[in-house]
Amino acid sequence: MTQPKDFGFGVEEQLLQTEARKFFKKQLDELTLMELVGGNSDPHRDSECLWDEKMWEQMADLGWTTMAVPEAFGGTGMSGVAVASFIEETGRVALPSPLMATVNSSYVLSACGTDEADSVLKEIAGDKTAGLAITNQKGSWCSMDTDVSAVVTEDKATLNGMAWFVQDARKVDLFLVKAESEAGIGLYAVSADAPGVTILPDSIVDLTRDQARVNFEGVAIGADKIVAAPGKGNLALDAAEPAILTMISADMCGAAEWQLQTTVAYAKTRMQFERPIGFFQAVKHPVVNMMIMIDCARSLVFNAACAIDHEPEQAKAAAHMAKAAASDMAAFCSGRSVQYHGGMGFTWECFVHLFFKRQIHNQVLFGDAAYHRAELAEMLIGPLVAGG
Amino acid sequence: MSEKGKKESPEQIEFREYCREWLSKNTPGDPPVRLPQMAIEITTQAEMDYLVPWQKAAWEAGLCGADYPKAYGGGGRTGCQLIANEEMQRVGTPYFPNVIALGMAAPTILHHGSEELKKRFIPKILSCEEIWCQGFSEPDAGSDLASVQTFAERAGDNWVINGQKIWTSLATFSSWMIILCRTDRSVKHKGLTYFIVPIESYIGKGIEVRPLIKITGETGFNEVFLTDLEIPDKYRLDDVGNGWSVAMTTLIHERGAGPMVTPSAGGRRADDAPGNAMDLIDLARQSERNGRPAAEDPVIRDRMIELIIRQKGFRQSIRRVRVKGLVDNPMRIGLQGKLLFTEIAQEVSALALEIEGAASTLFMNDENAPNKGQWPLMYLNSYGMTIAAGTSEVLRNILGERVLGMPKTK
Ligand SMILES: Cc1cc2nc3c(=O)[nH]c(=O)nc-3n(C[C@H](O)[C@H](O)[C@H](O)COP(=O)(O)OP(=O)(O)OC[C@H]3O[C@@H](n4cnc5c(N)ncnc54)[C@H](O)[C@@H]3O)c2cc1C
Repeated sequence: MTQPKDFGFGVEEQLLQTEARKFFKKQLDELTLMELVGGNSDPHRDSECLWDEKMWEQMADLGWTTMAVPEAFGGTGMSGVAVASFIEETGRVALPSPLMATVNSSYVLSACGTDEADSVLKEIAGDKTAGLAITNQKGSWCSMDTDVSAVVTEDKATLNGMAWFVQDARKVDLFLVKAESEAGIGLYAVSADAPGVTILPDSIVDLTRDQARVNFEGVAIGADKIVAAPGKGNLALDAAEPAILTMISADMCGAAEWQLQTTVAYAKTRMQFERPIGFFQAVKHPVVNMMIMIDCARSLVFNAACAIDHEPEQAKAAAHMAKAAASDMAAFCSGRSVQYHGGMGFTWECFVHLFFKRQIHNQVLFGDAAYHRAELAEMLIGPLVAGG
Repeated sequence: MSEKGKKESPEQIEFREYCREWLSKNTPGDPPVRLPQMAIEITTQAEMDYLVPWQKAAWEAGLCGADYPKAYGGGGRTGCQLIANEEMQRVGTPYFPNVIALGMAAPTILHHGSEELKKRFIPKILSCEEIWCQGFSEPDAGSDLASVQTFAERAGDNWVINGQKIWTSLATFSSWMIILCRTDRSVKHKGLTYFIVPIESYIGKGIEVRPLIKITGETGFNEVFLTDLEIPDKYRLDDVGNGWSVAMTTLIHERGAGPMVTPSAGGRRADDAPGNAMDLIDLARQSERNGRPAAEDPVIRDRMIELIIRQKGFRQSIRRVRVKGLVDNPMRIGLQGKLLFTEIAQEVSALALEIEGAASTLFMNDENAPNKGQWPLMYLNSYGMTIAAGTSEVLRNILGERVLGMPKTK
C-alpha cells in the first residue's frame, strides 16, 4: 500500500482541526488551566485528579471522545491523521482529560478483533471512558511483562496483582488489563468500580494528568469481558502500538508549539540591555532550533498517522521515529522555554511549568527517545547480540 | 509514497505521464568521469561535456523550464516543473550543470528584467547554451552582503564597473554573471544596483578570473576582478538604487523558497542522494570497532538512527509544506530547507568518518581508502554547503526574524 502525498489530510480533517482549536482556545486559556490544576503548589500535597468534566461532556456531544471507535460500533471513526491533529490541539492547551487513555484503549480494542472487544468499543461509543492498565512496576509493557495474573475458567476470569503507571486512572470508567495466565498474555476489560479494584493514586510531577497503581484482588469478570484471549493479548497491543506512540507524540508537538510561541512572545517583549532579549543570538538561535525540532517531529507524526491509515506495514517504524523525535524535541523545547523566561520561568506563577511538566511525563510515557531508537535499530540494522 | 497527489491538475497528470515516457527512453548513460557531489563543484570541461548536452536534451523535451513562459523559451505550463523534477529524481538522472542560472539568474531576470533581457537571456539559460555565475560576495562583504563595494559609475548610456568578487562558483565556464554593485556610497542598502555582466567575452578586456583552491585541494570557486568594465545601461535590472530588493529575489530562490520552482534534475533519488544517513548502516557493517562490526556498537547504532530519523523528518516536512492545514506559515519550513539539508549532510559525513575509524584518514587517491575516499571528501565539502548561500548562522537569524518575528540582529 502507498501513502497519499497529502497525508490524507483533507477538508474534513482541516475542519475538525479548526473547530478544535477554536473550542479549546475559548474553553481553556492558560489562566483557566492554571486555576484548574495549579491551585495547590505544596510539593507534599495529596495526589489530585483535576479536570473539567463539563468540558468533557461537551466534547462527547461533539463526538470527539469516540473518534478512535469505528463507526460500525457507534463511534465517530476518524482517520489516524484526524485523531493525531485533534490530539495535537489538546496538547497545545495541555488538556487534562481521559482522551488519550480512551483513544489508546479504543485502538487496542479495535486490534483485538473479538466480539468481546467490539462490545466494549460500543460502551466507549456510549460515552464510557477507558484506560490501559498494562505496565508493570519496572515501567515495562513489553512481551510477557506484567504484574497482574489471571486465572481463566470456562465462564470467567479472576485477576490478581498490580498494574503500575496507569494513566488518568481516576478519570476512566474501565480498564483494559494486561494479565498473564497459563495460556499466555490476555487482555481483560474491568470496570473501575468492580469489587476488588483499588486505585492507589501516585503523587506525580505533571499537574495536567493523574496516574495511579491499580490493584486487583480476586477481581472476577465474566468471559464476555475477556477482550483478547490468553495468548492473544500481545498481538493486539503490538498492533495498536504505532497508534499509541503516534498520538502521544502528537500531544507533545502541540505542547511544544505552545512553548515555542510563548517563548517567542516573551523574547520579543522582555527588555534587557535596552533591547528585547530575542535580539541576542544566544536566545534567538536556540529558539529557532526549537522550531526546527518541532517541525521535524510534527512531520514524522503525520507520516506515522498516515502510515496507520494507508501503509500499516510501515507504521511501526514510522511510529518509533515519531516518538523518538518527539521525546528529544520535547526535552529541548521544555528546557529552553523555562531558561528564556529567566527567574519568572522558575516560578509557580508562570504558566511554562505546566507544559514543562506535561512534557517530562510525555517524554518517558511508552518509551523514551533512546528506547525507540534502539527498537528502530533492531528493525533497520538487525538485532544487537546480547552480551557479545 | 504515492505520486498521485489528490489535487493534481489534469495538465500536471498528463505532464507526469509524458515525463515518464520521455525519461524511459532518454535518460543519459553513466558519466565517463566521476562527477562531483554538487553542480557548483564542477571543475573540468569533461564534466561539462557530459552534463551540458543532458540539460539541453531535457530543455528540448520540456522538462527544464516547464513553467517559464513560451516567449522566453519555456514550456508555458503551470505547476509542472515540480512534476518534472520529481520524475527526474525518480529515475536518478544527473543534475543540470547551469545551476546558478536556473536557480538564481533566470527567476531574477524574469521578475526584474526588461522584456528584451528576458527574451535574450532566459532561453539560453534553459538550454544551457550560456552558463552563469553569481558575483555577490567580496573579500570584505560576505554575510553582510549589503556592504559590497564593487562600484558601478554611470558614463552616459553605459556603466563602468571596478572592483573584485570572490568565491565565484562556475566563473571559469561562465558567459554571464549576475552582479550586485554599489552605485552610491552615501547610503548602504539603497546605494546598490543590480546588473548582468559578460564574463567570457570580456576576459582580458575588463574581466579577469582566477581560480581558488578549495579545502579539498580541488578547484571550485574563483576570484573575479573587474577593471573599467564598460557595460550598456540595458544590462541593469530594475531601478538604480533598487539592487537590494532584486538581490532578495535571487537569494530567496537560492534558498529554495522563491515563487519559481527551479528546474532541478536533483542528480539522484532522495534515498540515493549524497549524505543519505541510511548509507551509514552498510558502512557500519563493513567497519570494525573493538573487533566487532561497528553496526553492533550500541552508541554507533543510536547515533546512526538519530540521523536517519532527522533526515526522514526533514523529507516529511518537505511533503508537509504543501498540505493546507498542516502548515501555519509556508516560509517556516521553506526557509529551513537549505539549513537542514546541509547540516544533516555534515553530521552524516562526520559520523561516517568515525565509523570508518583509522581508514577515514585515507584520501581519494589512496588505494586502500574505503569508498574511494568519498566520506572524507564529503565531510570537507560539507563545510562549503553550510557556508555558501547564507551561512547556517545567518539562516538562523533569518528564521528567527522573518518567521518568528524576533528583533533583527542586523
Ligand atoms: C562552496 C562555496 C561556493 C560559493 N559560491 C559563491 C558564488 O558563486 N557567488 C558568491 O557571490 N558567493 C559565493 N560564495 C560565498 C558565500 O556566499 C559566502 O562565503 C558567505 O555568504 C559567507 O560570507 P563570508 O565567507 O564572507 O563569511 P563571514 O560573513 O565573514 O562569516 C564568518 C563567520 O561569521 C558568521 N557570521 C557573520 N555574520 C553573522 C551574523 N550576523 N550573525 C551570526 N554569525 C555571523 C558566519 O556565519 C560565519 O560563521 C560561496 C561560498 C562557498 C563556501
